[in-house]
Amino acid sequence: MIVGGPSKAGAVTERKPWTFYALAGVFCLYMAFLYGPMLVIYLLSFQGENGGVTFPMVGASTVWFQDIVKPGQMANIPVSFSRSMGLASVVSIITVVFAVAAGLGFRRRFPGSGVVFYLAVASLVMPSLLVGFGIGLGFQFLGWETSMFTSALGAQLTWTLPFGLFAMFAVVNRFNRSWEEAATDLGASAFQRLRHVTLPILLPGIIGVAMGAFTLSYDEYARTTLTIGTKNTLPLEIYALISSATSPTLFAIGTLTTGGSFLAIGVTLVLVLRMQKRRTAASLKVG
Amino acid sequence: MGTTTAPPLFVAERRMVWPRIRFPAWAVSWLQVGPMMLILSVLFALPTFLFLAVSFFDYDRTGIYPAFILDNYKDLLTTPSTWRVYVSSLKFAVIVWAITLGLGFNVAYFLVFHIRNSMLRTVLFLLCAIPFWTSGIIRAIAWVPFLGRNGAFNQILMAMGVTQRPLEFLLFSDFAVIVTYVHLFTLLMIGPIANSLSKIDPALIEAARDAGASRWRTMTDVIIPLSKTGIALGSLLVFTQVMGDYFVVKTMSGGQSASIVSMLSTEIQAMQYPPASANAMVLVIFVAIMVALMMRVVDVRKELVK
Repeated sequence: MIVGGPSKAGAVTERKPWTFYALAGVFCLYMAFLYGPMLVIYLLSFQGENGGVTFPMVGASTVWFQDIVKPGQMANIPVSFSRSMGLASVVSIITVVFAVAAGLGFRRRFPGSGVVFYLAVASLVMPSLLVGFGIGLGFQFLGWETSMFTSALGAQLTWTLPFGLFAMFAVVNRFNRSWEEAATDLGASAFQRLRHVTLPILLPGIIGVAMGAFTLSYDEYARTTLTIGTKNTLPLEIYALISSATSPTLFAIGTLTTGGSFLAIGVTLVLVLRMQKRRTAASLKVG
Repeated sequence: MGTTTAPPLFVAERRMVWPRIRFPAWAVSWLQVGPMMLILSVLFALPTFLFLAVSFFDYDRTGIYPAFILDNYKDLLTTPSTWRVYVSSLKFAVIVWAITLGLGFNVAYFLVFHIRNSMLRTVLFLLCAIPFWTSGIIRAIAWVPFLGRNGAFNQILMAMGVTQRPLEFLLFSDFAVIVTYVHLFTLLMIGPIANSLSKIDPALIEAARDAGASRWRTMTDVIIPLSKTGIALGSLLVFTQVMGDYFVVKTMSGGQSASIVSMLSTEIQAMQYPPASANAMVLVIFVAIMVALMMRVVDVRKELVK
């Protein structure tokens, strides 16, 4: 089909180097390693009524899924799940706003930028439980009650904000400033430039920061345990369940989470694909 | 300024006047960075100073008393179990770091350089990330039915005829702890390294090949130096996660070893805040030294903030 014009892409796809196959093997092994125990969880979550947390399977049932929502021992799972979702949403909104702002601020050198940078690094590498310990101590000295949207929110932000900032460095580094200059030359105000040029271009990265912050908060244990007060989030509830009694219900929770993740990702992918299609169509029309 | 009573329709045009009252660039940066700086100062720096202070306090069974004594540190550092726990945590950290680095780099390299279809690449990245969305605690105990005596892994090994009897060392051992860490933290390595790798200009690699460099030389002289920021960041995350681990060692070692933080949390539960604070300070200083050493090798700041 292609006459003349040596297409380089074609040459590469024709014969792949041996390293491709070696690394593909590594990747497949990693996938097996990553999903192996997860598959065991998924299987065991359908354990029969009289079965335990290990093999062998004693029949099959959905008892453990019903157990999650049934009032009784596990009654707190749905409540703590909704708490976790609420907290994670707030954390992710605050993280996006402040981390994106900070990421944009770091695009120029300013006096004191080193202090802010190393404060963020220190906050990121601080052993998690110690952050909660320090905040809990502070609240105790002040005579305040720890609670979800005060101390726990604060403790989680010390982890998600630096994470968001570092993710923003990666996002901002790819951003070509000449687009902003072009907007300014065309008479855009600072706000218009931000609203119509900078943010739309950075949007995929910003969504990544939001999702990352949400995940970190949703699964956060060590920072939260000493700052949450009396109302447990989901990870704390799960941890309490492990120490008291082990049942396949825990695995059922894992199966549900993974199912939910796949669903969320599937929907997002479809939306992104649709958006891309529309964009391509629009640019073709303009072109 | 008093003339800004124009109808909203003209707001966009009036903004043209703004450059005259523009803030200097450094002030704009501080306005943008300020909120984060404030949160981190109040919720991270301040509490850290607080337990630095408390670590010098005196205490007994009924309460804690402001003082300046070094007894908490003396007690901590003269207890042999402290040193044992630090050595074992450090051992885990180094082993897990080496494994996740090797695994993470290869996976990231494969995804960035060998997968050319961007849609496929996104899907494979997501496959790496999805287990991350399941609670770490559940993912840790997922290894129990997998590695146990009657577990899936032993069943497979026996079916394949590799061993006659189930292997006992798989679960509730250092081996189980390391496997769980690698399972939990490899993604922390893949992310930053893949980000660094994807910024490498393919022309550089081609140039190296054209100049006669072997695959290995290209790797050691071009690709690894250019991805060292990602390697450093990933190492930082994995190392500090292992050092700050709370439940993996507790649940997977079967009570054979403790982690620094689980030792600390026992003291916190007993309300022994001054010794817990001293313990926390020692851990902070230790982690800070390790991180500073890593940052000396790679100037992360210079690489990240251009």
